[in-house]
This record gives sequence, structure tokens and C-alpha cells, in this order.
Amino acid sequence: MSFDVFADPAIFLVQLLNATQQGLLLFLIASGLTLIFGIMGIINLAHGSFYMIGAYAAYAVAEATGSYWLALPIGVAAGIALGYVLERLLFRFFYERDHLYQVLLTFGLILIFEEVRGMMFGEDTHRALMPEALDFSIPLLGVQSYPAYRLAISVICLIVALGLYLLISRTRLGMMIRAGAYNREMVQALGINITFVYAAVFGLGTGLAALAGLLEAPVASVEPGISGRYLIISFVVVVIGGIGSVKGAFYGALLIGFVDTFAKVIVPEAAGMSVYLLMAIVLLWRPTGLFGRPA
Amino acid sequence: MTIATKLAGAAIALAAIGGTAMAQDTPIRIGVMLPYSGTFALLGQNITEAMEMAMAERNNGGCNVEYIQLDSEADPSRGPENARRLIDRDLVDILVGPVHSGVALGMVQVVRETGTPLIIPNAGVRQATAELCAPNIFRTSFSNWQPAYPSGTVAYDRGARTAVTLSWDYGAGHQATEAFTESFEAAGGEVVEALFLPFPDTNFQPLLTQIAGIQPDAVFVFFAGGGAVQFVNDYDDAGLKDAIPLYGSGFLTEGVLDAQGDAAEGLLTTLHYADGLDNPVDAHFREAFEAATGRESDVYAMQGYDTGQLIAQALEVVSCDVGDLDALSEAMASATIESPRGTFNMSSSHNPVQDIYLREARDGQNVVIDIAAPALEDPAPGCAM
Repeated sequence: MSFDVFADPAIFLVQLLNATQQGLLLFLIASGLTLIFGIMGIINLAHGSFYMIGAYAAYAVAEATGSYWLALPIGVAAGIALGYVLERLLFRFFYERDHLYQVLLTFGLILIFEEVRGMMFGEDTHRALMPEALDFSIPLLGVQSYPAYRLAISVICLIVALGLYLLISRTRLGMMIRAGAYNREMVQALGINITFVYAAVFGLGTGLAALAGLLEAPVASVEPGISGRYLIISFVVVVIGGIGSVKGAFYGALLIGFVDTFAKVIVPEAAGMSVYLLMAIVLLWRPTGLFGRPA
Repeated sequence: MTIATKLAGAAIALAAIGGTAMAQDTPIRIGVMLPYSGTFALLGQNITEAMEMAMAERNNGGCNVEYIQLDSEADPSRGPENARRLIDRDLVDILVGPVHSGVALGMVQVVRETGTPLIIPNAGVRQATAELCAPNIFRTSFSNWQPAYPSGTVAYDRGARTAVTLSWDYGAGHQATEAFTESFEAAGGEVVEALFLPFPDTNFQPLLTQIAGIQPDAVFVFFAGGGAVQFVNDYDDAGLKDAIPLYGSGFLTEGVLDAQGDAAEGLLTTLHYADGLDNPVDAHFREAFEAATGRESDVYAMQGYDTGQLIAQALEVVSCDVGDLDALSEAMASATIESPRGTFNMSSSHNPVQDIYLREARDGQNVVIDIAAPALEDPAPGCAM
């Protein structure tokens, strides 16, 4: 155990930045997961596959066109469209089924996505082209340089978070989403077109996961198995934040970013279990998560 | 009699016929337990094809050989079960595998009981040719200690007096960073901090900040595959590459230089193989492998090739008689392998005694610039053989 990180304020501040950065990216993935889980009651193990699709889309489009910025809209559109189509073709038949069926379905989807990825891209490790305008590092507090692109990711995540907040709190669709997360049956009984809400939420959720993959592809390896990179930790965020709460996902993701970052430098021996410990503590204190509605 | 029982009877009869046919021809059965799916699928494929190529080049040692492949799935929990399946059900005479160190430990435990000859074509888990060494266990690749150990001397000779080590918190990472520390401190340097992060986490930022705070003279890391791509890029992006020289076991830049791009340029790593080795065996191997598979060869294919060479040579010596396990083991232990990496012999603990090269990453190649440690033998602590 070492508390050196607090000895130098400059280092401490850079670590705070690291933590925020990690948390914000995690939020993109977890927010979609919590919406899909909270509103449709679907345990979507294949959520990470959409992160993978985003990452590979960034790599492939940027490689083919030479422009990373072109990859962003294409990848997000692909993520939304695929989520929408899968909801219409598959998921809607599973809403009333037991969670076990959903787990089997989505696990099967992981295998299919992984196999298709293998056929299209092989087993090599790639990296997406860094957008040229952001391909530089900024010296921070005399400690280390910080890639401008990483800072840009955080800014984009914050904009998305703000957009989600406005969507959910200020729009008609947002009202339906909130109502759906609170009481599905009642929303249906009120005659709201729940079919559309479900498909829209599904597309929104998978689109957000794809966006996370797209954003991270220039600074993270694009390789086989990345669909599992954030899957489990995203579920932890959902549980900590409260199922169905986007606000909960936001604070939960940031909390995990902080705990993981500081556990890595303070108690590296226990870094692997720090976030699960956090989850256990939160659940003991609030069994439905920070912002979950009481059971 | 129902259809099912008739079928069962027919199956038993067929099996009996098959059994007699086999007894007459007695092909030597080589069980190949490698990952053919998942992250390590390409490694398994390269090892298998290069091994069969080396065997074919030597006419299978003059013997009738049959391969039985089994996907190890790189899953340690299934290692012992799969090894037993090959030995007990498929009755293999020789076992080859695996890639993953965790699977290797399971296989080693099984063959220590059954006495089946095992040749490890990749997994570097040190115990296999140290505490757990056995007359029937061989390795044609490396022990985790081997490629990392010379890096400590390299870093010290280039002026480093303090260093930080970093790797994933798992067996291979500990063995490699400890090997670096061993030689770096023997030379007079000091490892001021040994950092770890959980496997296979690739969020390196907190640790990079920590390294930037410590400001050591050198950093030694053990990462491979996608994690290595990520780390090398992050290290460069953090502005550390020019400030603090980065050293690594050669896997840091092996097969991933394209994805690492400029960030890897100039990195010094140590490994038992390199690009630009001036020897005819290597030239022949690279050409033949590419002609046969359409893929570029790599260190894993090279290890598979030597596995094939070792088996073929041993089969020649024992004239295809794999029943005499002592003679077979003796033939393997005393073999001299004309490897693409350079000629090597087996140590007394059955791990290659091999040159470890110092390589510099240049234009997508790990070019050899020196021999970091000639004929390096893993001292194999705890091996009583």
C-alpha cells in the first residue's frame, strides 16, 4: 500500500483527470445498458459487441477513407440501425421470457458477432487512425504529456451526457422512457406506442456503445475479444447506479473511474477487486443502487 | 432388437475392425493440443502448420505419423481434462502443446503421472522446466525468465541506474519482471518500484502518471498482443518515450509492430528470435512457411518448426519405436536442433540453451543489433533431474 499519489498535488490532479476520463467513457457504454435493462428488462450480454462494432468501424472506415471524422457518423448510424433491427427481429420476442432465455440469446449473438469479425478482419491487432488535428500531446503540470485526443474524448462524452439529460428530462420521448423505466405495464395501459419506444431505446443504447468504441479506437487496441473489455464493468455501473437510471449510470461510472484509478496506485494488489468491493458496499447501503427506485 | 442397439452393435464391430487395422499399421499418434479458436487461434495455427512442415521435410523421421488435433481453447480449467482425453481415449504416443502457460501447468501435471512425452511449443511458464521438470517434458520455445533476464544488463550498460518494472499481475508477468530485476540489480542498478495491474486490463493511464512521478532512468515491461500495442502507444503519447527509455521482453513488439507504428520505432527488446538473422536455416524456413501457408512466419511458427524437427530427429534415432519411453526421452534430450533462431541444444532441465538477441524496432521489423546473452541457460531452480 502506498499513498505517494497524495504527496505531489500535480500528480494527484493528473490522476483525477485519468479517473474522470475513464469514468466518462464507461458512462457511454453503461447508459445504453441501463436503459435497455431498465425499460425492456433485457439482459443484453451482447452490449459489448456494439462497442466492438464501433471500434472496428472506426478502424475500417478511417483506413479506407483516410478520415476518422467520417467514421463517427457512419459507425454510430450502424450501431443504431443494427440495434433497431435486432430489436424488431429478435429481442421483442424475449421481453416476456425468463432472463435465462435472454442470456442464451445474447450470448449466441456474441459468438456470431465475434465469428463475423474474425471473417472480416482476421485475428490481428489494429489501431484506428488518429484524427490529425488532435494528434498531439499537451504537457500537464510538468508531470507528463496528455494526448489532446483523450481530452477531446472527455469533452465529447460530456456533451453526450448533457444531450442525454436533455432528451430524457425535456422531450416527449424522454418522458416515455422515464415512464417505461418506472412502470412498463402502466405505460402500455395508457396507450403509448411502446413498440416504438422499445425500438428507439434499443437503437439509442447500442448507438451509444458503438460511439464509445468509435471514440476509443484511436487510443486503444482494436483486437479480437474487445467486446468483453467493458461488459462486466458496465453491469457493475448499472447495478451501482440503479437499474434504468441514466443519472445513476453517470455517477456510478465516475465513481468506478475514481475507485479503479486510485486503487491501481494505492493498493495495486487489490486493484482487480476494488470495483466489486465498491459494488458490494453500495448494495449493502442501498440495495437498489444509488438512484434506483426502491423495490 | 431395436434400431438403436443394432447401430450400437455395428459401431462396436467397426471399432474392432478399426482397432485391428491400426495394430497392423501402427502409425505413431501425435496429439496436438493448441488453441484453434479465440485470441490465440493464429498462434495455434502457425505452430501446427510449421510443425507439420518440419516433419514432412524430414519424411516424418521415416515413420508413419498421424496427428490428432484438439482445441485447447487456451482455457486452463480444461487443460488436464483435454490432456487426459488425448492420452486415454486417443492413445497418443507424443503430446504437443500448449500456447497458454495456465494450460501448460495442467498438461505437465498429467504427463508427470502418465509418462507421455510432452513437447511445449510456446508456453513459457518457468516451472515446466524447473520445479516440475521431468524426463518426459521438453520445451522448444523459452522459459519466461530467459528473454527478460538479459534486458537488465542491457539497460544498465546503457546508463540506467534506477528502473521501474510494470506488467500484468499474472505468472508470466511476475517471472519476466523478476528476471529483469535479477540481472539489473546484479549489475548494480536498483528497481525502485515494481508495478502491476490486473490481467488483462489495458487502462494504463494511472500507472503512466505514476511512472512520470517517479522519473526512473529506465522502464521494463512485459506485455504482449493487444495490450502491448496499447501500452507502447500510450507510453509514447504520454511523452515518456523520449524521456525514459523503455525496455521489454521481445513479445512487446512481436507481431504487433504494424499496429504500434511510429510509437515503437527504436524500442530495444530481447528475445530468442529476431528479424535479419543471417543464417540459411532461417532464410529457408521463412520462405518455405510463406510458400506453404501464404502467411508471414513469426516466432510462434519458428517454435512449431523446431518442435517438428525435434520429434522427427528423435523418431529417427529410436527407429519409430515409441514404446521405449526412456530411449525416446534420451533422443530428445541429446538432440541438436538446427533452428532458424540458431543452433541449440536442450539444457539438463529440457529447455533450449539459446542465444538471446538484442533487437531494435525499425520500420516494422525487430532487427537484430547484438547478442544480448549468448547460449543463455535457464538455471531452472528446483529442478531435480
